[in-house]
Amino acid sequence: MGPLGRGSVIGALVVTALAMVIIPVAARRGRRDWLEIGYAAVHTNLLLLSIAMAAMMSALVTHDFSVGYVAQVGSRATPLLYTIISLWGALEGSILLWGWVLAFYAAAVLSINKHREGNLVPYALAVLMGVMLFFGILLVGPANPFGVVSPVPADGPGPNPLLQNHWLMAVHPPLLYMGYVGMAVPFAFAIGAMLAGEVRQDAWMQLVRRWMLVSWAFLGAAIIAGMWWSYEVLGWGGYWAWDPVENASLMPWLTATAYLHSAMVQERRGMLRLWNVNLVAGTFVLTILGTFLTRSGIISSVHAFTTGTIGYYFLAFIAVVMLFTLVMVAGNSDLLKTEGKLDSAASRETVFLLNNLLLTAFTFTVLVGTLYPLIAEAVRGVKVSVGEPFFDRMSLPLLVLLLFLMGVGPALPWRRTPEGTLGSRLGVPVVGAVLALAIAVLLGRREPWALIAFACIGYALAATLREFATGSAARRAAHGESWPLAFARLVGSNPRRHGGYVAHIGIFLVAIGIAASGGGRLEREGTLARGETLTVGDHTVRLREVYGLQEPQRYVIGARLEVLGADGATIDTLSPRMNFYTSSDQPVPTPDVRSTWSGDLYANLQTFRNDGTTATVKIISEPLVGWIWLGGAVVVFGALIGMLAPRKRLAAEAS
Amino acid sequence: MITRRRVMICAMVALVAPAVTMAQHVRTDSADRAARGAAMPRSSAQLDSIRADSVLEARTTRLAVQLRCAVCQGISIQESPSSLAREMREVVKDQLRAGRSDAEVKAYFVSKYGEWILLAPTARGFNLVLYVLPALLLIGGLVGIAVVVRRWTSAPAP
Amino acid sequence: MNWKRALLAPAIAVPVIALFGWGLTRDPGYIESPLPGRPAPGFALEVFAPGTAPLARPAGDSIHLDSLRGRIVVVNFWASWCLGCRDEHEDLTRTALAYADRPVSFVGVLYMDQQPAALKWIGEMGGQSYPSVDDPRSRMAIDYGLYGVPETFILDAQGVVAHKQTGPISAAVLTRVVDSLLAVPTGAK
Repeated sequence: MGPLGRGSVIGALVVTALAMVIIPVAARRGRRDWLEIGYAAVHTNLLLLSIAMAAMMSALVTHDFSVGYVAQVGSRATPLLYTIISLWGALEGSILLWGWVLAFYAAAVLSINKHREGNLVPYALAVLMGVMLFFGILLVGPANPFGVVSPVPADGPGPNPLLQNHWLMAVHPPLLYMGYVGMAVPFAFAIGAMLAGEVRQDAWMQLVRRWMLVSWAFLGAAIIAGMWWSYEVLGWGGYWAWDPVENASLMPWLTATAYLHSAMVQERRGMLRLWNVNLVAGTFVLTILGTFLTRSGIISSVHAFTTGTIGYYFLAFIAVVMLFTLVMVAGNSDLLKTEGKLDSAASRETVFLLNNLLLTAFTFTVLVGTLYPLIAEAVRGVKVSVGEPFFDRMSLPLLVLLLFLMGVGPALPWRRTPEGTLGSRLGVPVVGAVLALAIAVLLGRREPWALIAFACIGYALAATLREFATGSAARRAAHGESWPLAFARLVGSNPRRHGGYVAHIGIFLVAIGIAASGGGRLEREGTLARGETLTVGDHTVRLREVYGLQEPQRYVIGARLEVLGADGATIDTLSPRMNFYTSSDQPVPTPDVRSTWSGDLYANLQTFRNDGTTATVKIISEPLVGWIWLGGAVVVFGALIGMLAPRKRLAAEAS
Repeated sequence: MITRRRVMICAMVALVAPAVTMAQHVRTDSADRAARGAAMPRSSAQLDSIRADSVLEARTTRLAVQLRCAVCQGISIQESPSSLAREMREVVKDQLRAGRSDAEVKAYFVSKYGEWILLAPTARGFNLVLYVLPALLLIGGLVGIAVVVRRWTSAPAP
Repeated sequence: MNWKRALLAPAIAVPVIALFGWGLTRDPGYIESPLPGRPAPGFALEVFAPGTAPLARPAGDSIHLDSLRGRIVVVNFWASWCLGCRDEHEDLTRTALAYADRPVSFVGVLYMDQQPAALKWIGEMGGQSYPSVDDPRSRMAIDYGLYGVPETFILDAQGVVAHKQTGPISAAVLTRVVDSLLAVPTGAK
């Protein structure tokens, strides 16, 4: 399988280079025949990389240890699922997946937009192929997954223990790559539009809208899946540690979110052209920056792969991307200048400006915090840490303000608010704020920041629901429809807007989950002998036994805990474990979680006596954590609704 | 309209102020926890000692969330499940019990591990860059938007 | 294209690229210890692994850092579960024997481990020439700002930390540092 994969990867690099050169030349000279060759090369690239992926998959599954990557991450004892997902468990495989996803996106962009007139699509494809070229070079050179191992080892060490401990590792990385890589498409169109001199026409934005939405949804889902994975695997009961790699995935998502909003201002009012191009370009640069941080070993992180020379390749690439992008945007800035005109300050446009400011400020805060250790070391020569206390303090005010604006935005119409309605539009949702505050207080929440967050969520949720309610009521009055029908038709009448509101509701669920689980978290650690109990909040657990278990690829020490109900009867059992892998000197914690809609009971085995008489366990009660994962699904669902908006309608809506 | 706009902007800025203080608020659930977990006290002396315990727990937690676990990646000794983090937390508690101030406990860990051990760099000297830059961007942006909105609304209507 | 404005690009990009380029030359996992150059934190811990003659100390004896003043002290933190400790073990045990008749003491400190497992490990590794003490509550480890095992501290005759090694230490480094410290005439002699 090795030579087949190696050959395919080298072939892919050749056709990528061909496509990158011939497509723009053909477009410029108007040579349709050359263009066809370039387009065929784009498809061939996907075919070749698909063969390489299949070759790698087959090598992994058949334990072909003559292939370098398999010798590095494979082992005969690893279960099949984890063997398959070890494809993205280390550097070379993840770059292969990355390249394949990019090849897929490029071929999809080509298939969908093939017949469009003008040079925009060819130039956009050339940009995509330029990015592809970089990943092709990595796959042929420093990240070659198909290296030949000789003599062939009988077995391998298996994947990184952390990555073979939970099924979410099968979900999170592919979602992340779909999102990350997808951001290259809007970037390619923005640059393509500038190269083709079409940037003053907003056609590129309409071509980009769904790509942006798809990538945004994938990236959002990936972030939530990553949080869930951290929660289920790392054993500290949290889901977000402001780790550089987490930050790297958050930043492009934030700027993409800003773009989804400000693009509407440009489409409707023809403003913010330059700003939007900056957001699209910035989002892509942040994805490359994130990859650089994760793959170069420049910053230490749980999720980073440490490596040799590949960092310098990334550095060169990031330098080219930044310089090229900045030159293009700055050079075109005269063309992109737009005249601003607002009918009134009390309009949705103003709220979107504030929204963009807050999202940008948030991104900038995360960026500065993530890079500061590097900056401090360069300037002061001292290693510092920037972690949760910093990020929490700096981002909480911004997040709360954003939640508040999510109530103001939908309540204000475009252009101007009709005289005399501002009070009711902004005033009525206050009921929601008061209600949310009352519920939170009744449930025993006292933390000031959580209460402010709940009030803002209540406010924004009420404003959003009010939009749905008044819209449905209007349809009912006008068409005599039943409530459910009126609601469905309302959403269908403007999927983009209402998909957005649904995504907002998903964000509220996430925010409720975060505020409740952060503020209401109770934890307790205790060393238990058999039969002893530990109580945290309303939950009591009893240690039944400490057990050991030899599995093919690991040795497991577990504690069996009985969860006791109010009457003292056992209602459930939890088995937090420690997994010992031969390839690692530290055990991998494997907490166990009992999830209900009202909250989770989280148990982690901290340590144990070798003779099995006692176990030290940490029990955490976290209210509403599950709402975060649910909210993530709702956000994706909202994006799906938004995707329903047909392209043709956009022009009509925007006018 | 202008006054309304001002009211809106003021309201938003006013929201920032409590948000900042709230962000500095620390979780004191460990204090609640200790109080809840304790049996019914009988005498005022017992009550005092329980109160002292819960205050100590709260102070320990407040410090522990600011100290980086030496053997983990980027999480605090409060959160980390590792054994060393647990012992570091015990050291914090022991030193507080011995009457050291929060600053002295932090200084102890900095003298052993370097500034790296603090999860939020001390806002002093060059480190101010970290805190001031984001704030400057936000304030500058707010001013910019206020100026721009004023200019754009006063432009002649189409 | 407005080329004048395009010149802004390098102005923004170059510092960022330079920072990253410089960052790539650094090891993000390496954190400089503040201890070298400062007096080593004191300790008084019980021997659990006696070592072999001529360096042996009976199990249960307490080793005080103060009592080693005037000698060069090599403090090595280790554990039986630590993979890196296997690599350095032979170098340590041999170097300790080589300096048996010089004013040099080697002390092993057990980190986050259980004594039976540690003794079994010593047996498997073919013995440890110098004594090891146990640090059951990791107070000494925290006093020395330990990030993990193995880590080795070399103290001069005045009890000042002269060298800190993160990760396995080699006989070459040990010999170089200890010899350089022995070459310094000390007031104690």
